[in-house]
Amino acid sequence: MSTGLLRIVPPAYVVRRPHRMIERHLVAYRRQWLIVVSGFFEPLFYLLSMRAGLGDLVGTVSVGGQQVPYDMFVAPALMASSAMNGAIFDSTGNVLHRLKYARIYDAALATPMGPADVAAGEIGWALIRGQLYAISFLAVMAGMGLVDTWWSLLALPACALIGLTFAAIGFAGTTFMRGWSDMDIVTTLMMPLFLFSATFFPTSAYGSWAWVVQLSPLYHGVALVRGACAGVWTTSMLAHIAVLVVLSMVALVVAARRLDTLLRK
Amino acid sequence: MPEPLIAAHQLVKRFGDFTAVDGIDVEVQPGEAFGFLGPNGAGKSSTMRMIACVSAATSGSLRLFGLDPATHGREIRGRIGVVPQLDTLDIELSVQENLWIYGRYFDLSRAECRRRATELLEFAQLTERADSVVDTLSGGMKRRLSIARSLINEPQLLLLDEPTTGLDPQARHVLWDRLYRLKQQGVTLVLTTHYMDEAEQLCDRLVVMDQGRIVAEGSPRSLIDRYATREVLELRFSAGTNDSFADALHGVGSRLEVLPDRILVYADDGEAALTETHHRGLQPESALVRRSSLEDVFLLLTGRSLVD
Ligand SMILES: Nc1ncnc2c1ncn2[C@@H]1O[C@H](COP(=O)(O)OP(=O)(O)O)[C@@H](O)[C@H]1O
Ligand SMILES: [Mg+2]
Repeated sequence: MSTGLLRIVPPAYVVRRPHRMIERHLVAYRRQWLIVVSGFFEPLFYLLSMRAGLGDLVGTVSVGGQQVPYDMFVAPALMASSAMNGAIFDSTGNVLHRLKYARIYDAALATPMGPADVAAGEIGWALIRGQLYAISFLAVMAGMGLVDTWWSLLALPACALIGLTFAAIGFAGTTFMRGWSDMDIVTTLMMPLFLFSATFFPTSAYGSWAWVVQLSPLYHGVALVRGACAGVWTTSMLAHIAVLVVLSMVALVVAARRLDTLLRK
Repeated sequence: MPEPLIAAHQLVKRFGDFTAVDGIDVEVQPGEAFGFLGPNGAGKSSTMRMIACVSAATSGSLRLFGLDPATHGREIRGRIGVVPQLDTLDIELSVQENLWIYGRYFDLSRAECRRRATELLEFAQLTERADSVVDTLSGGMKRRLSIARSLINEPQLLLLDEPTTGLDPQARHVLWDRLYRLKQQGVTLVLTTHYMDEAEQLCDRLVVMDQGRIVAEGSPRSLIDRYATREVLELRFSAGTNDSFADALHGVGSRLEVLPDRILVYADDGEAALTETHHRGLQPESALVRRSSLEDVFLLLTGRSLVD
């Protein structure tokens, strides 16, 4: 898929060996599997606390014209948010470490690997990890009785798209960072994104500010996952998909270019 | 004459307004051991990075194996080995994982990576440390691992940027020995150094770089013959008085070089120069006659000493 995405860019940015980067991480994480496993528990705690806190407090919310209980309204949004969190976490802090401190990419770029291989590999890695968490999240949701249609399986590719978008944006952003202190910017941006993406309320609740919500990439992801879990498909889904695809393509190209200027001075 | 492995013509590298490499011409033939010698900031690493196809030339032409790095970077990088000035070992991997994963970047099969890694660990005397984390290795071991890693793709050309800087004499000699073996196996070596003895030990031919330019070229021996004398008399007078003796020493050798801590008298016969010094009634605190080296060549060419 990434090969297709990057056809439009010059030969130097062609993706040939992104899987080599992923293979490197598989070996490196053999010693750090606990970190990978811990990522599984975070969304689980989210779900449990939501169940305990909100329970049957509120009534139903309309999703694509269909009424769903409030907890089934929020759970997909949490799933989408955790896909975002995972992707951002992998593509910012970890990438900054490998880029500036461990200097993993310098070594790779002295081989037939190119900057686009590195960028696509990192994003692919974030995606794989994200999918593992998304699968477990969905399983837990099912276990808690929050899933009532097979269409919910479509939440997995939706989360993959969210992961791709945020991993690409995170990676591109990280190439502009000067040091660890810039990581604060990420944390600062993620909080409002999490809260103002129709996560806990439908867009109608935002009144005349609803258009702001539409600017959030996460909002489009939430809409997709929510639609999948409720088993409703509206044509607006196409628009949500388009927004995320375009965003990730732009971010991918920016990431590869920046990596090229940074490491091949 | 075979096609040169490296052919650089009027190669320039600029960083903003600053010109790090200022139009150099270099050709390296297959099987040669070629050196870039020069002080810090001369532009050696910038040149090496362009040759390694990890940095684009600002202008001029560069060909490796007859290929252009701008269009065939991947192909070229697949055929060379690179040991950068600062180790870029993967600190999250063990010693042997460093070799495997690097081999995978070259698309070698897993079995092939394993086979070569075993051989290279032996070559780098790191077999006992195969499972160690890179961080726990000494400087010399890390350097040897870097060299071993650069050989995983069986390169025709090996680029070494200051391979022994910062190593103790023993570690340095072990490395020299390994490089010498590679040379005997027919690997073309290109290295940078600011050590004269290293250049004399390893290089068939070298260029002396200063401020981005090549100021001399030749074999170590021919450079010494051309730019220095056979011997050098080193004189030390009491601290801070060296300057005042320069006039008195005029004509003792073919050339004088006054350094802060000593005076160098270039003469084909050092002993004769020393006799003449004493004859003139001068009493240095110490006097030493030695063979001239590339260090002297550099000093004579640029007026500056090579030591940091
Ligand atoms: N990425 C860079 N950006 C700006 N200046 C650089 C960069 N790399 C090297 N230089 C400058 O170019 C000059 C030559 O550096 P370098 O090639 O590393 O020399 P050497 O390896 O001979 O010590 C130095 O003055 C150095 O500061
Ligand atoms: Mg250097």
